Amino acid sequence: MHRTGALYGQFETLEQQKDTATLGMWIFLVTEVMFFGGIMLAYTINRHTYFTAFAMGSSMISLPLGTTNTIVLLASSFTMAMGVWSAQTGKKKLLPIFLTLTIILGFAFFYVKYVEYSQKFHHHLVPGKTFDVNYCVNNPSKCEDISPADLDKEREELQRANAADPNLNSHAQLYFSAYFGMTGLHALHMIIGAGLLFWLLHGSLKGLYTPQWNTPVDIVGLYWHFVDIVWIYLFPLLYLIDRHR
Amino acid sequence: MAEQEHTEHSEHIVPPWLYMVIIGTLMALTILTVVAALQDLGRFNIVVALAIATTKATLVVLFFMHAKYVPKRTQLVIISGIFWLALLLFMTLSDYVSRVDYRGVRYPMSQNAVHISPSHRS
Repeated sequence: MHRTGALYGQFETLEQQKDTATLGMWIFLVTEVMFFGGIMLAYTINRHTYFTAFAMGSSMISLPLGTTNTIVLLASSFTMAMGVWSAQTGKKKLLPIFLTLTIILGFAFFYVKYVEYSQKFHHHLVPGKTFDVNYCVNNPSKCEDISPADLDKEREELQRANAADPNLNSHAQLYFSAYFGMTGLHALHMIIGAGLLFWLLHGSLKGLYTPQWNTPVDIVGLYWHFVDIVWIYLFPLLYLIDRHR
Repeated sequence: MAEQEHTEHSEHIVPPWLYMVIIGTLMALTILTVVAALQDLGRFNIVVALAIATTKATLVVLFFMHAKYVPKRTQLVIISGIFWLALLLFMTLSDYVSRVDYRGVRYPMSQNAVHISPSHRS
């Protein structure tokens, strides 16, 4: 492609070049909004249809870990925004530092997610043959990470929930399918984002990005912030159902 | 050189202090949404949770994603995306909440719900 300095041949000005890239990225992000929007809509309908089971399921995932991950991801959005700022202002030493921080926070998110997922496997809360919403209550010795007081409380609530919804186990399984489906798709987006960040880091260490041309940093930034927004909605939808005592 | 002339007005640069104000607000709103979720606000728990989430998302879009500073054409794309999403949510949900089958039985949205006051697993 014909290129004069930072300006590709098909564009008149750098400003037009940048606006075109941003517009294209936003059009892609709109398709992502519809993708996640449709999933969240399906979730909302199920949640209102099987409210008891969804509230029960939500009480079985970890609020502290969910809150931690929200804070970690917001912080990573901040470091990403600072990365974009470094690229725009030509701070070539700072850019790799902010990109590395963003990657580290991304991996911190993955680690917390790994801890959460392994708890769910341990507690038989992964949809499939072995799914059993009553597992920990019936096998307290296998769930030593839950305090006896919490288990007693959970036993009481499960009795009420089972009485209200005879198919509680299936409907709770629906909640956990949604939990794994939605957080899994979100995590997949983050894995792609982390790959893109490594690519940016490589480019930034070679000094490719300048105030005149930093489109890849800007565009990956938009993607990373979008993934953050998805989590901003997933957190209250999945973790914060009926939490009050 | 053409590229030199256009560098000055090529883009709006958001200053770091503003990013810091935004991230501080986002963190505060995160704490607020958790605190609000632990209060019994009846049916308004979900309303408050989604209102806070939407405020957070708006701040991210406007400042972190620079939507406040992009051309009107790009802003139109963003707004039309939100519009189509609103259409999807509104039309589908208004169907579900008002659906009555051939026997005259309502679709069971929010019916027979038992409120769980859970032990908090950590």
